[in-house]
Amino acid sequence: MQKKSLAVGVVLALAALVARADITVGVNVSATGPAASLGIPEKNTFALMPTSIAGQKINYIILDDASDTTTAVKNTRKFISENKVDVIVGSTITPNSLAMIDIAAEAETPMISMAASARIVDPANPKVKWVFKTPQNDVQMSTAIVEHMTNAGVKTVAFIGFADAYGEGWSQEFTKIAEARKLKIVANERYNRADTSVTGQVLKILSAKPDAVLIAGSGTPAALPQKTLKEKGYTGKFYQTHGVANMDFMRVCGKDCEGTFLPAGPVLVAGQLPDGNPIKKVALAYVAKYEAAHGKGSTSTFGAHAWDAGLLLANAVPVALKKAKPGSKEFRAALRDALEGLKDVTVSHGIVNMSAQDHLGFDQRARVMVVIENGVWKLLK
Amino acid sequence: MDFQIALLLGQDGITNGAIYALLALALVLVFAVTRVIFIPQGEYVAFGALTLAALQAGKLPGTLWLLLGMGIAVAAIDLALAVKRGTARRIPGIVGWNIVYPAALTALLWLIKPAELPLAAQVLLALAVVVPLGPMVYRLAYQPLAEASVLVLLIVSVAVHLTLVGLGLLFFGAEGSRTPAFSEGNLEIAGFTIGGQTIWVVIASLVLIVTLYQLFERTLYGKALRATAINRVGARLMGISTTMAGKLSFLLAAAIGAFSGILIAPITTIYYDTGFLIGLKGFVGAIIGGLASYPVAAAGAVLVGLLEAFSSFYASAFKEVIVFTLIIPVLLWRSLTTRHVEEEE
Repeated sequence: MQKKSLAVGVVLALAALVARADITVGVNVSATGPAASLGIPEKNTFALMPTSIAGQKINYIILDDASDTTTAVKNTRKFISENKVDVIVGSTITPNSLAMIDIAAEAETPMISMAASARIVDPANPKVKWVFKTPQNDVQMSTAIVEHMTNAGVKTVAFIGFADAYGEGWSQEFTKIAEARKLKIVANERYNRADTSVTGQVLKILSAKPDAVLIAGSGTPAALPQKTLKEKGYTGKFYQTHGVANMDFMRVCGKDCEGTFLPAGPVLVAGQLPDGNPIKKVALAYVAKYEAAHGKGSTSTFGAHAWDAGLLLANAVPVALKKAKPGSKEFRAALRDALEGLKDVTVSHGIVNMSAQDHLGFDQRARVMVVIENGVWKLLK
Repeated sequence: MDFQIALLLGQDGITNGAIYALLALALVLVFAVTRVIFIPQGEYVAFGALTLAALQAGKLPGTLWLLLGMGIAVAAIDLALAVKRGTARRIPGIVGWNIVYPAALTALLWLIKPAELPLAAQVLLALAVVVPLGPMVYRLAYQPLAEASVLVLLIVSVAVHLTLVGLGLLFFGAEGSRTPAFSEGNLEIAGFTIGGQTIWVVIASLVLIVTLYQLFERTLYGKALRATAINRVGARLMGISTTMAGKLSFLLAAAIGAFSGILIAPITTIYYDTGFLIGLKGFVGAIIGGLASYPVAAAGAVLVGLLEAFSSFYASAFKEVIVFTLIIPVLLWRSLTTRHVEEEE
């Protein structure tokens, strides 16, 4: 009897040892709430991720933060204290990601954010040592828009954006770059994602007579100002941000969005990239995988940010495994060092070259200008 | 700001105000009859619009499954009660409304292709799916607690609201939809264009308000609702079923909500959670009317619409702040001018 229980004990202990050797990834996405249209494709993407890297089994624990900062913090604490994760991926949006930084840094656990703001990986903040991110910074996208505007002879611009962190962030970055390039901003308006009418803002924009309008919103709510402007007879150029790059936006905006320009990650127009571009292969592989599971035309650039986080891990984990065993403090530190040391890693949104000063690692290859033509995204050469 | 802009803003404000007015009326009606502050009112707006959009896209709307599920739940509870109390004559009615009707509607939507029908038929089908959810929600969530305090009913309302919003995300996804306008073309008066749908919204709202008035003044059911609103106990003594009155007021609220949603779906994009904010603005209107007066509530709601339109022109970043701050002076004024009456519990 005693022998038997001893044997059971040994088996259990061994099992525990094996379980500990798995790599645990804590994923926190905003699959419900205001950011659901971004978070759902991200969540779907994790279901397509590889279940092992370099022979190590990977466990993904996926939690939803409901686009709420408090829940994001709670989820992160749970990852660290209960699940003992090796790395955290998330969140979908900037405020949540910013809140998670403190906890990740305190527990010395690497974190990869899928949110846009450059503040998440601001090298001036010492805690950012543990934080990486995959989406392009607003600054890179703003520069692309301003460049396109000046080349197209636009002199005056009106800005209308969400009355939240997304719109504010764009307003600040865009104003800075536009002023440097002698573009005049003649109107700066805000609206809410759930607004049913933007007539007031649109009339104010119309009375300023701008050459172009930049709409900083994400998903289908970004269609409302453009539809209202068209309805009231505006004939100038339209610019949107990469926040609208999904098919639902196209469905809702319809023919009112023909001829709209926007910057986006190359994955949006993967099929149209020149064959010599290394991003093309990686991006198409993701698109094929996602569409096989969710139907044709279902890919969005947001899901690709999640995929890129997976690709970063796939490249960093083998390096870290040489130094330490998963589940340990040493492994987390090694993984952080490996992520920071990534060079020339091709992901679906660009080519990553990390450094201690740059935890995003993208260059100009990570964005393209796209125009909407006949209801599809077309790459501008 | 010139005259042209003022006119356009006014037009926009009145269009939105008309929708807020309808919702304010529904809120006042539900509160007067059942003492429920009906936070989920806005969800019927979103459900109505999105159900119509789903029908037009040739899909079976998720609200249909909700109707089937809630129908079965209501039937199970009511049948158990009927058997227990030995009121067998109620059984055909219970089964008919809660099981046969949703099943028949599902079969109908399955067999015909709603996407190819004329718009009027699609609207009727969308209403047929969404409106019965009103009394079912009352039966499941509120009827067992009908005698509870206003606060308890309010807490139940919050729960129902969160449940319905969550279901909305499940049924319709995170992205919004639009539906085509009721009629193409605009009306031009002295060089000033009014959108076709704007006219539809205003006229439909007016017709609905007049119909409601007639309903309360002329019909027996309307009078029963009024009697319940004025004095619940007295109405019961006169043989008016408060349960029936509750269900009827929820039916009207759901109908008004769903129809409002269908009216504005061509003007704006509707999301699974759009309804809450629209409902909240209707609620500001209802508060201006003290949750008691229909005409003041309607006027208050139009005021909210106009205020919203003009503040979106002058200070777009502070629009919601301005609209919801309106409630503070109104509450002050109401609490200073009305004598407080202790509520009988």
